[in-house]
Amino acid sequence: MNFWEYVGTRHQQLLTDTYQHASAVFQCMVIATLLGVLIGVVSYRSSWGGSLAITSTSAILTIPSLAAIGLLIPLVGLGVPPTVIILTLYGLLPVVRNCIVGLRGVDPSLVDAAKGIGMSRMRRLLKVELPLAWPPILTGIRVSTQMLMGIAAIAAYASGPGLGNEIFGGLASLGSANAINKVLAGTIGIVILALLFDAAYVLLGRLTIPRGIRV
Amino acid sequence: MSETATGSTEPAPPRPSSTSGATIQLEDLSKSYPGSPSPAVDGVSMDIKAGETVILVGPSGCGKSTTLKMINRLIEPTSGRIRINDEDVTDMDPVKLRRKIGYAIQSSGLFPHMTVAENIALVPKMTGWSKSGVKDRVEEMLDLVGLDPREFHGRYPRQLSGGQQQRVGVARALAADPPVLLMDEPFGAVDPITRDHLQDELIRLQHELHKTIVFVTHDFDEAIKLGDRIAVLRERSHIAQFDTPEAILTNPTDDFVSGFVGAGAALKRLNLTRVRDVGIADFPTVTVEDPLQSIFNKLRDGQHNELLMLDRRNRPYKWLRRGDLMRAKGSLARAGQLVHDTVTRDATLHDALEAVLTDSGGRVAVTGRRGEFIGVVDMHTLMNSVQELLEADRLAAMEHRHDLEELRVHRTEQELEGGGSGL
Ligand SMILES: Nc1ncnc2c1ncn2[C@@H]1O[C@H](COP(=O)(O)OP(=O)(O)OP(=O)(O)O)[C@@H](O)[C@H]1O
Ligand SMILES: [Mg+2]
Repeated sequence: MNFWEYVGTRHQQLLTDTYQHASAVFQCMVIATLLGVLIGVVSYRSSWGGSLAITSTSAILTIPSLAAIGLLIPLVGLGVPPTVIILTLYGLLPVVRNCIVGLRGVDPSLVDAAKGIGMSRMRRLLKVELPLAWPPILTGIRVSTQMLMGIAAIAAYASGPGLGNEIFGGLASLGSANAINKVLAGTIGIVILALLFDAAYVLLGRLTIPRGIRV
Repeated sequence: MSETATGSTEPAPPRPSSTSGATIQLEDLSKSYPGSPSPAVDGVSMDIKAGETVILVGPSGCGKSTTLKMINRLIEPTSGRIRINDEDVTDMDPVKLRRKIGYAIQSSGLFPHMTVAENIALVPKMTGWSKSGVKDRVEEMLDLVGLDPREFHGRYPRQLSGGQQQRVGVARALAADPPVLLMDEPFGAVDPITRDHLQDELIRLQHELHKTIVFVTHDFDEAIKLGDRIAVLRERSHIAQFDTPEAILTNPTDDFVSGFVGAGAALKRLNLTRVRDVGIADFPTVTVEDPLQSIFNKLRDGQHNELLMLDRRNRPYKWLRRGDLMRAKGSLARAGQLVHDTVTRDATLHDALEAVLTDSGGRVAVTGRRGEFIGVVDMHTLMNSVQELLEADRLAAMEHRHDLEELRVHRTEQELEGGGSGL
């Protein structure tokens, strides 16, 4: 059976896996973004708070994702929970870092002006600082998403959802008839998803970055 | 750019909606930054009258910005009090305080992600104006600072020139009609010509609005031009002299102030007086429509050596001397010298002198609003006026000193008497 025939016969399963893969990455990305921006907002003003946030999130990244999942299984069991936890944790770093860098990069004279015309702390953050820091934050989200695409495949190891099942399935049966086709289908599916997400981010950027600061 | 011509400072009718200035009192205001051994501002006291423009001027790092920012509490004073309209605002909620104080800074401080209209609307919106009120106000403010609302409304700050950004910055600062306006080197980053226009505009605005303005600069010429009073600050914001521009120019209290005034105080004095304040002399004129013969006769009958020829709309066109017509063989088109420089009545004596010095005949034509001829100013008039001005300044300063002394004597006497009757 060649690759296309494989895809033809298995397309139902492949579509389900792709959908679950995308959905897992998307949902975890939403949580990671909310958490990451929150951590960024809370910590960007203090120099040690900022470094603490960045170091602790990057410490997470140094743990191989496969090992992390393995360690989580005894704690939270198999399936969806370890997947969500891993994806969210790994997705945090670029968001937190870019959020802190972005907020710190806002021209101090603009913050001064915002204060000077009588904006409260909250209003300053929501109306001035976050909108101006949004382009780098969005870049962080984009980078995170790309990374999570790959990491999500590992989730299959903990019986998680997604295209990782194809890849792991293939790898486990190397030498059998469809082993290579399985790995290939999973990998190509992830690449396609990554490209689609990226296109979506470009569109999102167009829609959400104010015209006055679009480059 | 839509900068208007220099000197067009005709007062428009006052706006009914406008709040005029408030008094500001700084009482022994000090600021020590954490970690620095000496205070950045050390015990400034200053009384600023309602509707007055006060300029803080001094060398870099002397604490001008720190002093200014303590007024709207962008920097919290370490000690001392601030009163606005006799209300102690030192412990008031700073956010509320700042909404009543306009603030304009060097880099314009416009938010790049908001349009011009959104930027201007910020403070009125925060203070709870109605939607339509805000909308009208934005248009009004753009108009006020000389930008066409239809053209600039929807633009983003980066689509504006530096001068236009500053105008919008000023419009935003004034949008909620605050009684007080703080400006920190607002024209520091624009080219000299634009700066000159912006200064003229500010003078015109202030003419209409009568806000209390505290303005920081390190350009003494700017201070002279804009200030009702100037506070010359030395390090740690110690006031070296706080007085009118005239008094500072003619009577600097010490070497620091005269050093800051710089060379040519007498020349700078010229910036403080306008052509309308000196004698504008009549000058014989003819118009291009007069018959050649009558022009000839006028020149020949011996009364005038020179005539000014006006064009159809009464604007100065050519200087005609006796003999010019002769040399041009009777052709008006070739005779005489084109007028290449005129001044308005609002021009400073400095501008007038410049024009007179570059004119071969040593005089300059003064024109009205539409460029129509009004009269001429010559070297002689200028010299006399300047001498009179300087003399008057000197007298005023002496009188002022005398008054102060008298007041002191008077007070001492009163204190003595008071002490006596208290027994
Ligand atoms: N945030 C700060 N922390 C510590 N020191 C400061 C701070 N801001 C200003 N200073 C110091 O306070 C002094 C006065 O500064 P300020 O900005 O008021 O000067 P300035 O007169 O406005 O100068 P310039 O004309 O250069 O703007 C300077 O010596 C400066 O180094
Ligand atoms: Mg300063």
